[in-house]
Amino acid sequence: MQQAPVQSSIIKQQPSAIYRVLGDRIFLSVVLLLALSIVALTLGLGYYLYLGGSQTINKEGFFGFLTGTTWDPALKLEFGIWPFVLGTLITSLAALVVSVPVALAAAIFTAEYAPRWLAGFINYLVDLMAAVPSVVYGIWGIFVLAPFLREIIYLPAFLWAAENAPGLSPFLGNPAGYGMFTGIVILSSMIIPFTAALSRDAIALVPAAQREGAYALGATRWEVMQTVILPYARGGVFAGAMLALGRALGETMAVAMVIGNGNILPYTLFGPASTMPAVIALEMKEAVEDLHYSAIIGVGFYLFLIAFIVNAAASYLLNKLKVGDQRA
Amino acid sequence: MRNLQARYTRDRLILIVVIAGTILAALPLTLVLGYALVNGFSSLNWDFFTKGPKPPGELGGGMAPAIVGTLIITGVGLLMATPFGIAAGILLAEYPDNKLNPTLRLLSDTLNGMPAILKGLLAYVLVVKVQGSFSGFSGSLAMAFIMIPIIAKTTESVLKLVPWNIREAGLALGLPRWRVILSLVLPAARAGVVTGLLLATARAAGEAAPLIFTAFGNSLLTYNLSQPMDALPLRLYAYAISPYEDWHRQAWAAAVVLLGLVVLTSLLARWVTRGR
Repeated sequence: MQQAPVQSSIIKQQPSAIYRVLGDRIFLSVVLLLALSIVALTLGLGYYLYLGGSQTINKEGFFGFLTGTTWDPALKLEFGIWPFVLGTLITSLAALVVSVPVALAAAIFTAEYAPRWLAGFINYLVDLMAAVPSVVYGIWGIFVLAPFLREIIYLPAFLWAAENAPGLSPFLGNPAGYGMFTGIVILSSMIIPFTAALSRDAIALVPAAQREGAYALGATRWEVMQTVILPYARGGVFAGAMLALGRALGETMAVAMVIGNGNILPYTLFGPASTMPAVIALEMKEAVEDLHYSAIIGVGFYLFLIAFIVNAAASYLLNKLKVGDQRA
Repeated sequence: MRNLQARYTRDRLILIVVIAGTILAALPLTLVLGYALVNGFSSLNWDFFTKGPKPPGELGGGMAPAIVGTLIITGVGLLMATPFGIAAGILLAEYPDNKLNPTLRLLSDTLNGMPAILKGLLAYVLVVKVQGSFSGFSGSLAMAFIMIPIIAKTTESVLKLVPWNIREAGLALGLPRWRVILSLVLPAARAGVVTGLLLATARAAGEAAPLIFTAFGNSLLTYNLSQPMDALPLRLYAYAISPYEDWHRQAWAAAVVLLGLVVLTSLLARWVTRGR
């Protein structure tokens, strides 16, 4: 009969003070605390790697460890990581030089030339490429790419050099198929998506008015690309290349599976080489000596330094450009 | 001014170069997918999913311990990573003027690009070295380190897709900010957040490098996180570098399973974020 009590529960009852006043502060503190773990994790990564490697780094010296060319965990217990640093830098930079033009071509094609459905399909393939596990590229490298390259490039080149230019042979090295060149080829194919995706986003951000202006002046498609779009998108392409370089530096399994893992300098074009991630992956679980164990973590510390600089530069550029904001 | 004909010819030549480059870019993935399907699909049988590995050189056997191990290791890793990643995503998207944000964004992106093997080394130093034995848990920790920045990034971007009106509507009704985020923004972005978690899981599940010296591998089935545990990419790697034909066959099959996982999650991600 009476309806009075019903409305009171909605109107009169105030939410508690915790809900109204403290709630926001508590929530923000919790979120901040959890988010700070990322800061702690990044800095802690460097700190713990330094700590783990300090024994060997102290023994060999900061630069002595970096520039030493002997890595002998078995007999002399001498540790210099220059062969690995050199292998990492050569393969990554070479892969970058090979992959950037290809990635840029794919980005230009999907952003400017391709019909929508085809562009969507290629973009999907490119994104998928970045997600394919390293070991899957690795098994393909072992059983398909390396034998293929041996048959069509290494052996013919080796035989040709043996007959016509004997002076060249020492630079070519053992044509077994597993070596630096194979590593570069597989790395180049793996890092294409990083440059391609960011270049594509950068090209998409070029204002339509600028293109239309150039077209109205009678420019051909390529002239618009050359004079308007590429200069405008330059920053994004550069950031993409940096990101790709960061990935190449840290790429482990696929490279370890095809590069032959020889750490004797000087390296040859086809012969075995090694990289920093590869030596960590291959020797870490067999390290029994304290010094050897510490040396491997030391390799990790130097890899951290290089990767940190490259990746921080890439993310700084990206955040400045606001390109790739929607990307995982 | 060059003549028009020369400019058109140049334009066409460039188009050919661009198309050739695009084909070259798509070639490796197509070849990897093709070879994996041809070499591995026929080896995907019941035994592969239900049996353990046989001793070296014997025919048959499967990867059941590795499949179970990968599920457990990445599952536990996901549980550990989710609160941190989502919290960072909320901070970046919902509190855009927080003073920590520029640093957080920079370090999160940097961490995302850091080699996975270094995250494995960190897990080794923090867990394996301290406990003195390889364990599934240390592998999970490495996986969590890999997933956190990915989850943060995807959560941030899907939260930013939620229309600002929804937040204003909530605030206008007198809801405090935390309640708006938890009850309005997160539910609206639920599908996207879950997809981000899946993408992070798929990415981490394919990593072999950080597991070599943390989870270590184990040819026996185990559910115990304090024991060495097998994982699919680890087993793939071990079989691929072995000298046995039959193991190569199974390694290809494992590659097909990993590729299937990646393709499925990326299709799902596209489906959830369609039309945006």
